[in-house]
Amino acid sequence: MRKLIYIIQKEFIQIFRDKSMLPIIFIVPVFQLLILSYTATFEIKNIRFIAVDQDHSALSRKLLDKFSGSVFFTDKGRVADYAAAEELIRRGDADQLIMIEPGFEKKLTKEHFAQIQLITDAINGSAASLMSAYALSIINDFNQEIIVKQFPLQFSEIPIRMRSSFWYNPGLNYITFMVPGILVLLVTIIAMFLSSMNIVKEKEIGTIEQINVTPISKPEFIAGKLIPFWIIAMADFIFGLLLARFVFGIIIVGSPLLLLFVTSVYLVLVLGIGLLVSTLTNTMQQAMFISWFFLVVFILMSGLFTPIESMPLWAQQLNTINPLAYFIRINRMIMLKGSGFSDFQHDFYAMAVYAVLMLSLATLRYRKRA
Amino acid sequence: MWPFIKKEFYHIFRDPRTLIILFGLPLIQVLLFGFAITNDITNAHIAVLDHSHDVVTRQITRKLMSSHYFILDSYLKSRNEIHNAFKKGDVKEVIVFEKNFAQKLEKEGQAHVQIILDATEPNTANILNAYTSGVINTYALQRMKQSVAVPLSIAVQTKMLYNPQLKSVYMFVPGVITILLMLVSTMLTSISITREKELGTMEALLASPVKPISLIVGKVVPFVILSFINLIIILVLSVFVFGMPIRGSISLLLLESLLFIVMSLALGILISTVSKTQQQAMMLSMFALLLPTILLSGFIFPVENMPDILRYMSDIMPSRWFIIIIKSIMLKGVGIAYFWKETLIILFAGIFFVVLSVKKFSIRLDD
Repeated sequence: MRKLIYIIQKEFIQIFRDKSMLPIIFIVPVFQLLILSYTATFEIKNIRFIAVDQDHSALSRKLLDKFSGSVFFTDKGRVADYAAAEELIRRGDADQLIMIEPGFEKKLTKEHFAQIQLITDAINGSAASLMSAYALSIINDFNQEIIVKQFPLQFSEIPIRMRSSFWYNPGLNYITFMVPGILVLLVTIIAMFLSSMNIVKEKEIGTIEQINVTPISKPEFIAGKLIPFWIIAMADFIFGLLLARFVFGIIIVGSPLLLLFVTSVYLVLVLGIGLLVSTLTNTMQQAMFISWFFLVVFILMSGLFTPIESMPLWAQQLNTINPLAYFIRINRMIMLKGSGFSDFQHDFYAMAVYAVLMLSLATLRYRKRA
Repeated sequence: MWPFIKKEFYHIFRDPRTLIILFGLPLIQVLLFGFAITNDITNAHIAVLDHSHDVVTRQITRKLMSSHYFILDSYLKSRNEIHNAFKKGDVKEVIVFEKNFAQKLEKEGQAHVQIILDATEPNTANILNAYTSGVINTYALQRMKQSVAVPLSIAVQTKMLYNPQLKSVYMFVPGVITILLMLVSTMLTSISITREKELGTMEALLASPVKPISLIVGKVVPFVILSFINLIIILVLSVFVFGMPIRGSISLLLLESLLFIVMSLALGILISTVSKTQQQAMMLSMFALLLPTILLSGFIFPVENMPDILRYMSDIMPSRWFIIIIKSIMLKGVGIAYFWKETLIILFAGIFFVVLSVKKFSIRLDD
């Protein structure tokens, strides 16, 4: 036990002596949490729309007024014909085009049927589907409005009344959704890089030889490496939670203690992976490249930015070995929905088993000889 | 100069891990973005709380489930179960039909349905909501048509320009190309130069009769070639595997890429002149370059919706303009007339970095 305390002490002295690492551990994550949370949004506001109104009727104008009145749309004016409109989209000056052909009002009142065209710049596919959904709902509302106005007797109201409630995030605030995930991301990056660079650094500068000749045992050595980083990452996480509460106003709906408990297990897992990488590599550059490689793949597949359910089955199964996927899911559940332990126990047990496995591998791989 | 280039290639190819980063990461990224990662919403699990269980509610439920958007997760029995269903995390939407739904619709001409959404992720909630109400509305309108004469209807013809199938790859490939050229040109160049400094071999090279300029050129030529190979691999993959078009001129695309590569190399040289160790160079390129490139360039997140300060920051990112150029050439098929401004920005950024690093470099030689 004494030996363990000594090596922990040594690690702390080493970490706090390196002045260039301190800002990376404590200040960079704060900035990233602040900046990332504001940038990482898929929210669509201010859709720039243009219209080609060849009907010039009261009805067509009314419809277009609906668009300019909506908070989601910004009116970029009227254009003479389709060619001119497409040119604007091609230049990137407009996102959406509403085409109303001549005879729109006449057809609608006489034949009870008229067509309009909705053209969307779809290079960003997900944004395009959202934009077109917004536009369609405006047109639908308009349609129902005129039905009720034209046939007040038969259609005083639409037969099926719908009411939508948005739970857990009634303001539909994207930041609320992103902050818990980004917090996990930042803590993971810190923990992974600190631990994966550590043993290999001792190898590179040769100090590992000195430790190898001491009577310290393998598990003690790994524990001595793990505990300091665990404390630092925990501190970072708690600090991040405070920022989330006081800067972004996100209140943890579930139990904070449960959250910290899950985090403590998760960090053992990440540090275990990092230490394993560190025992497997010979130079810091290798360690850096390998952790970078896995982190990029893990982050992209974790569901942080894109929904996991939409991925093909094999990709979802690949997430069994993705620590980030487990914890981002759990963190969001606890923080935003107030889920309890029984709601995610399978994920938790999988994470715990995974952590034990990685730590044992790291301990086994560490050899007390060069 | 040729021996220098050869030496540099030996350095690169001797370390298999560098090769993994060079060719493995881009390959995996493109494949992941092409096959696995998508922004589309499909297979959302929904639960139904049907207090009525009659013909109409069953018809509506069936209508909803027949699309690829939804999977019926379960039938709930009471309101209390809604919270639990959401808390477990799978269910994204619950549809509640009131009691005697069909009867009310028949007799009173009106029935109520409630759509409850897990809005932790606002976009998914929005799209699911829009989709559900669309389906129910259509159903309601059809019923109206059956009972009374023809109501007015506006049919909307939607057309998705440039990307009719709304594939995510179209959005991501330009970003991956940009990140990759930056990664190889800036990060690897700066690390490779600082390594020579750290190992002391730089001094030996500088003491040799070779001019510093040919030394630098010898350093960067291999990375230009590697970047180009990478670019071509990604282009071939995205065209032949994912069916992404190159509607504009390929040679223009390659020329613009060359310009961007040279700009990134100049930046890499600049970083290597200010950092003393490999680790510093790595950290600088990582935190000062890659993260902002990913976040502020419009690669994943649209720049338009960011707060003003971040938008101004993104304006000075050459990568942001390069992504616009790639999209314009590949997807919109337009020529230089549409993006000469963007090209000029990259050109000036490149000249700026070259001038700055030449200055820094000569200062370093003095001491």
